Amino acid sequence: MSKFSKGKKKSSPGINTASLPDIVFMLLFFFMVVTKLRDSELMVKVTTPFATQLTKLEDKSLVNYLYIGRPVEKYKATYGTKPRLQLGDKFANINEIPIFLERFRVKIAEVQRTKITTSLRVDGQVTMGIVQDVKTELRKANQLKINYSAKKKPE
Amino acid sequence: MAKKNSRDRMSNEINAGSMADIAFLLLIFFLVTTTIVEDKGITVKLPPWSEEDPDITKLKSRNVFTVLVNAQNDLLVRGESMDITSLREKTKEFITNPAQREDLAERPTKAIITLKNDRGTNYETYVSVYNELKAAYDELWDEMCLRKYGVKYSDDLPLAWRKSIKDEIPMVLSEAEPTNFGEEK
Repeated sequence: MSKFSKGKKKSSPGINTASLPDIVFMLLFFFMVVTKLRDSELMVKVTTPFATQLTKLEDKSLVNYLYIGRPVEKYKATYGTKPRLQLGDKFANINEIPIFLERFRVKIAEVQRTKITTSLRVDGQVTMGIVQDVKTELRKANQLKINYSAKKKPE
Repeated sequence: MAKKNSRDRMSNEINAGSMADIAFLLLIFFLVTTTIVEDKGITVKLPPWSEEDPDITKLKSRNVFTVLVNAQNDLLVRGESMDITSLREKTKEFITNPAQREDLAERPTKAIITLKNDRGTNYETYVSVYNELKAAYDELWDEMCLRKYGVKYSDDLPLAWRKSIKDEIPMVLSEAEPTNFGEEK
């Protein structure tokens, strides 16, 4: 009898938590890598339409965003309800697009400048007039690679 | 003496028990402040800017597939109103012309699709029409790629394969200047 019970003390087998920080840090780094900090507050309401033939934007550092939509509740009093264009974190006029594009372009290495994509995040309930003006301005500024932001259509 | 020794040994190791708490705090901070943006959409290459409109009157009318979307979001395809659900099939039929009909495209390489909208057209409608037209081409590329190489068309295929397919069915979609109907005041 004593042969088996010898040296075995009754103690609660606690879980070793020494590796817990490592696991949590791993998760932390994962989230830091896959997420992108939203750099600008949206001042227009944008609900992108649904589509099926989607392509994924690969290199996020080569993408600039234009937002078109109706001003959110907070700005309705000052900016009205007509669809507006938002560049960066402020409302802008169509003729400010070339400067906005140029500011983005100088930050990118010269060899990669042809790969810059402009993502148009446009609200589905906006009429084509303003979109058309933006497209014309983009063509004049020679920014021809664009992407109509859209969501995957649920089956 | 003995007591001092034991204290020295104790102070040599840092207590790492709170490390997990700190890491969790950071993790939760990042979870809350970040949003996973879904960056997907329909990629389009715009034509370069030129002052004069492209002249399509020189083209044979059988090779041109005109799609009009008006301010009431109705479709007019080659002079007939159409529902958006049948647009994809009609476009595919126009491009390939399987029955060799007189009024459809001579060859896929000659087919041209023109899209025109009003300034009052809903953006949502415009995108879904564009989506259908692109889907027609995507499906044709898929079918041809399956026939030729046994795989579906994708951007990961070798450049030569993609080129051979796009040479046979090039995507020509021209967008005309919109008319000024239905602009929001």
